[in-house]
Amino acid sequence: MNAEVASVEERKQNLKGMGTARRRVEDARFVQGKGNYVDDIKLPGMLFGDFVRSPYAHARIKSVNKEAALAVPGVKAVLTADDLKPVNLAWMPTLAGDVQMVLADGKVLFQGQEVAFVIAEDRYAASDAAELVEVEYEELPVLVDPFKAMDPGAPVLREDLEGKTEGAHGPRRHHNHIFTWEVGDKDGTEKALAEADVLATELITYQRVHPCPLETAGCVASMDKVNGQLTLWGTFQAPHAVRTVASLISTIPEHKIRVISPDIGGGFGNKVGVYPGYICAVVASIVLGVPVKWIEDRIENLQSTAFARDYHMTGEISATRDGKITGLKCHVLADHGGFDACADPTKFPAGFFNICTGSYDIPVAHVSVDGVYTNKAPGGVAYRCSFRVTEASYFIERMVDVLARKLEMDPAELRMKNFIRKEQFPYTSALGWEYDSGDYHTAMEKALETVSYKALREEQKANREAFARGETRSLMGVGVGFFTEIVGAGPIKNCDILGLGMFDSCEIRVHPTGSAIARLGTISQGQGHATTFAQILASEIGIPADQITVEEGDTDTAPYGLGTYGSRSTPVAGAATAMAGRKIRAKAQMIAAYLLEVHDDDVEFEVDRFVVKGAPERFKTMAEVAFAAYNSVPPGMEPGLEAVSYYDPPNMTYPFGAYICVVDIDVDTGVTDIRRFYALDDCGTRINPMIIEGQVHGGLTEALAIAMGQEISYDEMGNVKGASLMDFFLPTAVETPVWETDFTVTPSPHHPIGAKGVGESPNVGGVSAFSNAVNDAFAHLGLTHTQMPHDHWRVWKTAERLGVTA
Amino acid sequence: MIPGSFEYHRPDSVDGAVALLNEHGDEARLLAGGHSLIPMMKLRMAVPSHIVDLQAIESLHGISEEGGEIVIGALTTQHEVLASALLAGKCPILPEAAALIADPQVRYCGTIGGNVANGDPGNDMPAIMQALGATYRAVGPNGSRDIAARDYYEAAYFTALEENEVLTQIRIPTPAAGHGAAYEKQKRKIGDYATAAAAVILTMDGGRCSSASIALTNVAATPLYAEAAAAALVGTDLGEAAVDTAVRLAEEITEPTSDGRGPADFRTHVAGVMVRRAIARAQKNAG
Ligand SMILES: Cc1cc2nc3c(=O)[nH]c(=O)nc-3n(C[C@H](O)[C@H](O)[C@H](O)COP(=O)(O)OP(=O)(O)OC[C@H]3O[C@@H](n4cnc5c(N)ncnc54)[C@H](O)[C@@H]3O)c2cc1C
Repeated sequence: MNAEVASVEERKQNLKGMGTARRRVEDARFVQGKGNYVDDIKLPGMLFGDFVRSPYAHARIKSVNKEAALAVPGVKAVLTADDLKPVNLAWMPTLAGDVQMVLADGKVLFQGQEVAFVIAEDRYAASDAAELVEVEYEELPVLVDPFKAMDPGAPVLREDLEGKTEGAHGPRRHHNHIFTWEVGDKDGTEKALAEADVLATELITYQRVHPCPLETAGCVASMDKVNGQLTLWGTFQAPHAVRTVASLISTIPEHKIRVISPDIGGGFGNKVGVYPGYICAVVASIVLGVPVKWIEDRIENLQSTAFARDYHMTGEISATRDGKITGLKCHVLADHGGFDACADPTKFPAGFFNICTGSYDIPVAHVSVDGVYTNKAPGGVAYRCSFRVTEASYFIERMVDVLARKLEMDPAELRMKNFIRKEQFPYTSALGWEYDSGDYHTAMEKALETVSYKALREEQKANREAFARGETRSLMGVGVGFFTEIVGAGPIKNCDILGLGMFDSCEIRVHPTGSAIARLGTISQGQGHATTFAQILASEIGIPADQITVEEGDTDTAPYGLGTYGSRSTPVAGAATAMAGRKIRAKAQMIAAYLLEVHDDDVEFEVDRFVVKGAPERFKTMAEVAFAAYNSVPPGMEPGLEAVSYYDPPNMTYPFGAYICVVDIDVDTGVTDIRRFYALDDCGTRINPMIIEGQVHGGLTEALAIAMGQEISYDEMGNVKGASLMDFFLPTAVETPVWETDFTVTPSPHHPIGAKGVGESPNVGGVSAFSNAVNDAFAHLGLTHTQMPHDHWRVWKTAERLGVTA
Repeated sequence: MIPGSFEYHRPDSVDGAVALLNEHGDEARLLAGGHSLIPMMKLRMAVPSHIVDLQAIESLHGISEEGGEIVIGALTTQHEVLASALLAGKCPILPEAAALIADPQVRYCGTIGGNVANGDPGNDMPAIMQALGATYRAVGPNGSRDIAARDYYEAAYFTALEENEVLTQIRIPTPAAGHGAAYEKQKRKIGDYATAAAAVILTMDGGRCSSASIALTNVAATPLYAEAAAAALVGTDLGEAAVDTAVRLAEEITEPTSDGRGPADFRTHVAGVMVRRAIARAQKNAG
């Protein structure tokens, strides 16, 4: 027995634990088209719902006539706000402390707002009938420009808030004002700015964009009237929170509600919030006693479910003559649309925007954010980033470049000069965050060296001279970007959503034959949790990852958790997984010692087994221990091998990275060509390098989309312009450059395995690198800043403004 | 995104299709590849009660040359245009332009007949057909007639085709051997219609341009045959002054709308750039 012992290295490989480029276990079903998404769910007798939506951005509803719609064969019901009032569901709470109409109650506040819900036997009948619901509107003056929201004569959007001077986040100054949020040392900052050698000021707008997941939002609600059980399948990034909210607003007891997130085709923040479609489907199922499905189409998704960004950031940054930053000030005008439905932790109405001092050691700073209502769709979600972190990162990275121009200093050099130094960690920023770990200089040096930064600048110099001589019509730009994220919300002491602390959880059961199932409170939307969490566990408990099933998304089976967004799965649920694994290991060690007839302390864990110290030939494998857990545990010990951990992180984690982009711009057409993009990410301990690379590729592609083309824009009547994939830029492989990825490893000191999270870094860091490159191409012509998206006509316009078009 | 209900017909002859069109009048629509019509039906911008699918009509397929004319059956897909050796040799601008239309999936279904028949100002083939001097053969209850591509387009989605006619063929005078052609299209991404595009076809004789035609895509409610611009090139050596004049004359006839691709002035400017680049490339291709 135990004659041929595989080497430690061989056994490690066999586990496919942390650090292994393990293939994604999810892909087998996805690449065969065998995923199971909400729209794949078909239940007997299931009905379909479809919305009647407002064509107007701001209008009073004079009347709704359902008659013609109800006469369509197959139509079962048409719901309006009046039908929802008796059950108190015409309005619903938002995650941001506001309320939102489920169905238009007296007026509409944005184009595409839900006015009535038609339920029919099939989608065709529902869609036909929706066209026949007659709604009489009286148009009202439309407010589109957030800068005019707080004008004295601005139209009153939210009549329900009339006279309310106190909102969820403090005083309201105006009928269209939502909140003011302030952080930092105002007087100190003013003083630093006033006394500075050099001061740079800029309005940086981060346009309204949309996460645009490939799968739109939807749900199936099924009320079983016999046992009073509601089952709700849906595209939920936070199924447990949805269950709690559903219980609170429906008064169905929480144990009678089961929420299931099946496979989700991308979320990117778009599937965090609660949408009228969910409520209407639930109400319809309760009323009609059969399952009801609601699935958005693409236009509805782009028009009405949560947008992202729409931050207008006025910055001032000061420095000494030789380039030491002395102060930073930012005022944000935040356009929240008709309802405040941002998805942020309760105490953070502007998310973690105060990470906007970035990667720099800035002695004093001040931020204030004013949220306003406009006649646009609600939202303001974290589109592949932690709460408002991409906005913050874009802001500081553009401001540093603007400052570099003013100082006539190289933007990379200015960054190196101001980075927080390695020995300053843990570092407390001027705006109050404690950065856990970092080594920015090393990362930046590696990046600059890899791309031969000096040579790029020389090439650019030659290009500019050739351009001036008329030998080329192409300008070269080099974008340098560095970012620090704040992810893994978060410590319960300051992070909650609707009062629910933002811990997360993992429950593990080891089966007698040495395989296991782990269930988590998070939910993958494509991130590959089933692959990576099994790898964490494999390393922690010595069971091969291939023998560990990871399950998420069913509130009846998974432990309570706050879900997946803000790169929190690895920092929080990943930590819970490691901690639960350690509980398993501790119990297993006692069983092993008992079987080996030695003291607990005399055995040690080695890859996949417990070995008697000093007697390597005496050991029990984890598989042996697992079996023993079900028949021969030490006296007094409970049988079985299970553990659960609820992890409240002591701090956030702070991934960082250095990105460099090289772009060539055709000044005659505004066409841009990303010649090169280099991305160095430091996400602490790397669980699966292949998944990290995949996440970086995806995030960079979204960053490209945002920087170069994505925009949800409105005309002066509040009509959404271009809410289809014909106009909304979703890059294909053809538009996407080759990504070069790289890394350094600076583990998080407080995370059980040192991991920081990576899924969102490339979106956070990428946008500014692209934008900096475009701005840089024109820098020698006097440009300091031009607004995104850098689509053909805007780039051409910039060239024209600078006098270099033909 | 769900179309209204309709009745589906699948005739196996042109006469059968014409009869159905005659019977149902403006309630009927022909269906070819469906890649313009079905999106419009999903948006309920088109709500036909009768769909007459042309796919079963064998005679509408194929590319051939008949006595100095290239004849392309209306149901020929854009992919078939792209893959045709005949066209690659004798009329390379068509495969070149087909490759700039949408993406492979669309091109496997979308037909050249649907592309030119529809009257969508965004479609690429109509301007090229104007530049090539093509005619469209239309078959109706009273037989067939030929309509010049340059006379076919009246306004966005309004054409010279009668409600009860089927466009059966595109007939192109085989371009002179040694002609040079180019199609320059600026778009935002794969699958996008042109911000502006230009087709240029010319012949060179001893360093001088002996004939030229130019047409523009998506810078007006119809494709634009830029007759004056082309005339400015004929007889010149395509020097800077002649090209500048052609560009200016082409820009002058544009009437683009402002949309997600940019405001009207930008699209006019891009049309000029496309003309300039297409002239240069056509000149290079000639000989
Ligand atoms: C994502 C996407 C991107 C696209 N991008 C481009 C592009 O960049 N450039 C471009 O040129 N096109 C583009 N298209 C359109 C595509 O090329 C269409 O396939 C083509 O324009 C229409 O051909 P069809 O066979 O699909 O016609 P259908 O959609 O079947 O028909 C279109 C119209 O023409 C009529 N019709 C069709 N055939 C005949 C006939 N023989 N006689 C009379 N009437 C007829 C129909 O009744 C209908 O009104 C795009 C389409 C999509 C979906």
